[in-house]
Amino acid sequence: MEKNLYGLLAEFDTPTELVDAANSVREAGYTKTDAFSPFPLHEIDEALGIKKSILPVLVFFGGIAGLCLGLGLQIFVHYIDYPLNVGGRPYLTWPSFIPPSYELTILLAGFTAVFGMLFLNGLPRPYHPVFNVPRFALATREKFFLLIETADPKFDENTRSFMESLKPQEVFDVEE
Amino acid sequence: MQDLKRIQQKIYPPMVEGDHTFGTVSDKIGDVTLKKKTPFHWFIGFGIAFMVAQCLLMTVGYLLAKGMGIFGNNQPVGWAFPIINFVWWIGIGHAGTLISAILLLLNQKWRTSINRFAEAMTLFAVANAAVFPLLHTGRPWLAAYWLFPYPNTMGVWPQFRSPLVWDVFAVSTYATISLLFWYVGLIPDLATLRDRAKNKYFKAVYGLLSWGWRGSARHWHRYEIAYLLLAGISTPLVLSVHSIVSFDFSVSQVPGWHATIFPPYFVAGAIFAGFAMVLILCIPLRVWYNMKDFITDTHLVYMGKVMLATGLIVVYGYAMEAFFGWYSASQYEVFMIKNRIWNGPYWLFYWMLIFCNGISIQFLWFKRFRESPFWLFIISIIVSVGMWLERFVIIITSLNRDFLPSSWAMYSPTIFDISMFIGTLGFFFSLIYLFVRFLPIISIFEVRTLLPSANVHGRQQDFDESVLEVEYTWERTDPPNK
Repeated sequence: MEKNLYGLLAEFDTPTELVDAANSVREAGYTKTDAFSPFPLHEIDEALGIKKSILPVLVFFGGIAGLCLGLGLQIFVHYIDYPLNVGGRPYLTWPSFIPPSYELTILLAGFTAVFGMLFLNGLPRPYHPVFNVPRFALATREKFFLLIETADPKFDENTRSFMESLKPQEVFDVEE
Repeated sequence: MQDLKRIQQKIYPPMVEGDHTFGTVSDKIGDVTLKKKTPFHWFIGFGIAFMVAQCLLMTVGYLLAKGMGIFGNNQPVGWAFPIINFVWWIGIGHAGTLISAILLLLNQKWRTSINRFAEAMTLFAVANAAVFPLLHTGRPWLAAYWLFPYPNTMGVWPQFRSPLVWDVFAVSTYATISLLFWYVGLIPDLATLRDRAKNKYFKAVYGLLSWGWRGSARHWHRYEIAYLLLAGISTPLVLSVHSIVSFDFSVSQVPGWHATIFPPYFVAGAIFAGFAMVLILCIPLRVWYNMKDFITDTHLVYMGKVMLATGLIVVYGYAMEAFFGWYSASQYEVFMIKNRIWNGPYWLFYWMLIFCNGISIQFLWFKRFRESPFWLFIISIIVSVGMWLERFVIIITSLNRDFLPSSWAMYSPTIFDISMFIGTLGFFFSLIYLFVRFLPIISIFEVRTLLPSANVHGRQQDFDESVLEVEYTWERTDPPNK
């Protein structure tokens, strides 16, 4: 059975080579690209034109939601549902509501940061076409990879020779 | 150029020693879990720790069958061993979060190779801490309604104005966030183990746990943001948790507890105790698993310095406690201080505490002790004992003689108090042993970033040398000959 091509994967030895190649790929006009490295590389964001993530905004609102939940819960309990007169002190003792509200703010912000990151990354995803390349196992070890997908509007039969011109160790076909 | 190198070594001591590449780093750390035969000492150590952990199981079983009466708690010492041990364990946890979060925000590169097992230590310490207040309620299954706000048939709610309820929120949030932080840090390393595992079951388990991580640049981008944000929110969290633990005491009116110094003093004590525990764990670990390349002598020296600094804050806290007692001019406070230091039945514990936390750390001023793993290990053990004594002194000596002489009473622990505490020690070390066996003890991907080859265009290095030239001109008047 003929297998569909998902994209082309080039292997590099050093982070510098990967970033240089990524720069050339972006300048050539490819957009459906991705890079894989065994550790975070800050330079690659610029090289591939990765936009800043919306995650911090989500985390901010996650924190605000936690704050409202905490304050709302305690105001409901001690002011609305079951007001308890303790020596004639006020019911709405907001300073003593701060610690639980503060902890809930942090809890929900933390949940948003972790699960938001996984959700935006599309994880968990146990299968991905790049895993079909046996050498790709080294992406979590010591090698650097650059991918151009066939779905890219600029992808054609010349892409392969273009990738080889970037001086990679090797260029692999990634099967769907 | 030679001089430059030497100065560079002095200002920026290398955090990874030996000739390492991305591959050898992955192998060296990953092979402990994947390839190497489990060393014999692992079985011995785990066996002993696991047997000791049975003390906990037996005590808890007996406690649930018999009730709180098996412990030595009495009136007026209603809070005794359980709260001492709770505060001790939760304090130990704080160093893990400090290393992983605060030092990350401060861009301290030396945190990288110790953060993973320090975070594991945090998790296990918090798990042990939680056992005590939970079982101290006597029948934990009936305690839920005043600990957690859920609509119940009695129509009552927890008292949110009480520090004890704050504590429930603080500790449960702390445990959850620590777990998330630790797990997020593990994801890329679990993917490394997945790709290196030969055994198909290991591959499947690590594959499941790593959630299909593939090191994509877009993923790394969001990953780093999430990690940094987690560090940002964990930093105030860790400070708030021990402050709230200290509110359990300082919000009350009991002489010896009712002091404004408590929150900062408790937080410093927690970090102090935690670094001692990190040193106790990492000094043998780096020898047994041959990790001296990653946990270098420099790391130990830095930890010793943090221990000295936080220890001095704690000593300042002791001085202030005594000063507050005198300055308050309240006869109860003055009496408490006298009772604690020389006039009371527990005076010996106070002086043991001063020896352990005040005097022993003074040796860390000297290079000879700071740079010797042996002495650091010994001092760390003394400090751990000292921090336990600190809680003993604060809790027992304040409660056993409070306002009314007619209600004074002595406190002594029963065998079950002691077996429960020893049991948690066994449980803690069993968990540490399991962690060392099945998960990478050092963050592999973060160590890779420390290697010089991880710099794109060697930009980092250019920067460092320009800094060095400035330093160099300060040291010598003539400019270096390049």
